[in-house]
Amino acid sequence: MTKPIVVEDLTKRFGGFAAVSDVTFTAPEGAVTALLGPSGSGKSTVLRMIAGLEEPTSGRIWMGEEELTAVSVQERRVGFVFQHYALFRHMTVADNVSFGLDVRKESKQAQRARVDELLELVQLAHYRERYPDQLSGGQRQRVALARALAPRPQVLLLDEPFGALDARVRQDLRRWLDDLHRELGVTSLLVTHDQEEALELANQIVVMHEGKIEQVGTPDEIYDAPATSFVAGFVGSANVLHGSVQDGHVHLGAMKVPGAGHLEEGSAATAYVRPHDIRLADPTAIDSVKATVERVTSLGWLTRLTLRLPDEQVLVAHIPQDEVDGVKPGDAVAVDLRRPKTFRREETAGPAPEPVTTA
Amino acid sequence: MSTIGSAPTAPAARTDLRRRRLVRGGLVAIVMAYVGALLLLPLVSIAWTALKPGLAVVTETFAQADVRHALLITVIIAAITVVVTAIMGVVVAWVLVRQDFVGRGLMNAFVDLPFALSPVTVGLGAILLFGLNGWFAEFFTSRGIQIVFALPSMILVTIFISIPFVIREVQPVLEELGTEEEDAARTLGASVWKSFFRVTVPNIRWALLYGVALSAARAIGEIGAVYIVSGAIQGQTESATIYIFRAIEERETAQGYVVALGLAAISVVLLIAIEWFKRRITREDKV
Repeated sequence: MTKPIVVEDLTKRFGGFAAVSDVTFTAPEGAVTALLGPSGSGKSTVLRMIAGLEEPTSGRIWMGEEELTAVSVQERRVGFVFQHYALFRHMTVADNVSFGLDVRKESKQAQRARVDELLELVQLAHYRERYPDQLSGGQRQRVALARALAPRPQVLLLDEPFGALDARVRQDLRRWLDDLHRELGVTSLLVTHDQEEALELANQIVVMHEGKIEQVGTPDEIYDAPATSFVAGFVGSANVLHGSVQDGHVHLGAMKVPGAGHLEEGSAATAYVRPHDIRLADPTAIDSVKATVERVTSLGWLTRLTLRLPDEQVLVAHIPQDEVDGVKPGDAVAVDLRRPKTFRREETAGPAPEPVTTA
Repeated sequence: MSTIGSAPTAPAARTDLRRRRLVRGGLVAIVMAYVGALLLLPLVSIAWTALKPGLAVVTETFAQADVRHALLITVIIAAITVVVTAIMGVVVAWVLVRQDFVGRGLMNAFVDLPFALSPVTVGLGAILLFGLNGWFAEFFTSRGIQIVFALPSMILVTIFISIPFVIREVQPVLEELGTEEEDAARTLGASVWKSFFRVTVPNIRWALLYGVALSAARAIGEIGAVYIVSGAIQGQTESATIYIFRAIEERETAQGYVVALGLAAISVVLLIAIEWFKRRITREDKV
């Protein structure tokens, strides 16, 4: 019943501006694929083109064997969930859910049975006669999901479905959606700007930036082996260190970070180091990096050290608490930077990655 | 201004408060006097004058053939105007809000033209287009259809004058509604028409009814343009307002007042409906 989505060389121009350029990827059958990127990266436009709500300038879209590019919205059989729910405000919950069945002229009896089934599934069986404005945000989004699923769509498209909800509800709903997906197994494409959401829910992540794909991979691949400096900076938190390449190392003043063997000698380079890839080291080891402790913050079982390097760059480290016993501001320490990701520094390296705050 | 837990109000503050109350009360009084004198008083005076000779004059007036015919003409004009402005008003509003095309801004400005033009000018325009030697005169006369000095032109100018009411009421509601619900309906398998009738129309219904009530009121009360294009032929193209005009001129003032009172009564009913629709719009906006 469910089908993979294949997108080939999809391009969308608004006037002279290319919102999406040459996007090609496959959302595998039965899996959750996340389209991840900052706002304005074109991810929602890709989703709307797949749904048929937006017409591509060029490129093709398939669902399984069937090409959809020229098929009208109402014949595509996609379930679409909008960021702001888009519930029909003048209809009850039950009428909202049965809308897709009613326009396809299913029998009243079949409609009622399907509505019962779906409201049970989204745990809103007692709310069938309510109107959307009598529901909380989380409940509305569950109704929207039930409505999208009611006509048994071949794929489910979710456009920032948790974007309008507060943090707590978002967490709950995310976990709940994960369970639901395991139960239904419908091919899902999730647009989000929240990398945590993508890492948690998706089997595959497509990272987009300025209308183009930066990387397609599993969450582990995206996190551990970012293909571009944009991905390294956008997915997960990372320290950003600028230096130049010498003998396969990125040199930052007197210290050096390994892992730059693939870069040209003498070129400008950026090294991304995740806070939890930093450990205190033996100060006598040749490769260790010297730093001064500026601040010590306890995060429970982790301690956040804010370190200043000799060349004034700042480094944030998350280290298990028992390894940093007795370290206090002003101490001189040596650190070991593990698994750095190094890239040639380009003029436009994307937005400056935000300072590290989360573990 | 108030502070919590402060000492009893100081005398200076009390006079200040009293002055402010006085100003506010004065403003309310001015507004009430204005509304009373300019809006309500004429209505009351018409009712008073019309009913002074007793209720018999009312039944007599409405039994007169020319009065009945005039009212019939007005009802026909209003009924057709309401249907046409409702449909075309929604279509124009929808196109102006949802479609992006060259000249949209200009067209949007033109929608207000009937508000700005004197009805007399509108009537003259219609005469020049459809009247003797008018641009479209031959097309219609060769087919035996009379436009000017007949009902069609009266309906035409009334529609022209009333349509902005519907457009201007529906437009902002459509704008605020956005396209998400329509998009949702489409992804659920609804055609453009189905999504329009089952999702868009229920969402704009109160604004639409409000606009329609306003345009009905305008259609019933219109005289300038209608007078010019109709030729005011007694017993043929005489609407209720034209009848009143003639009655006063011919010193049949009693009948004139009664018909005027009848039109005023319809307006009051429409006003109540308008007020009710308006409340529904604001209530549903809060959703």
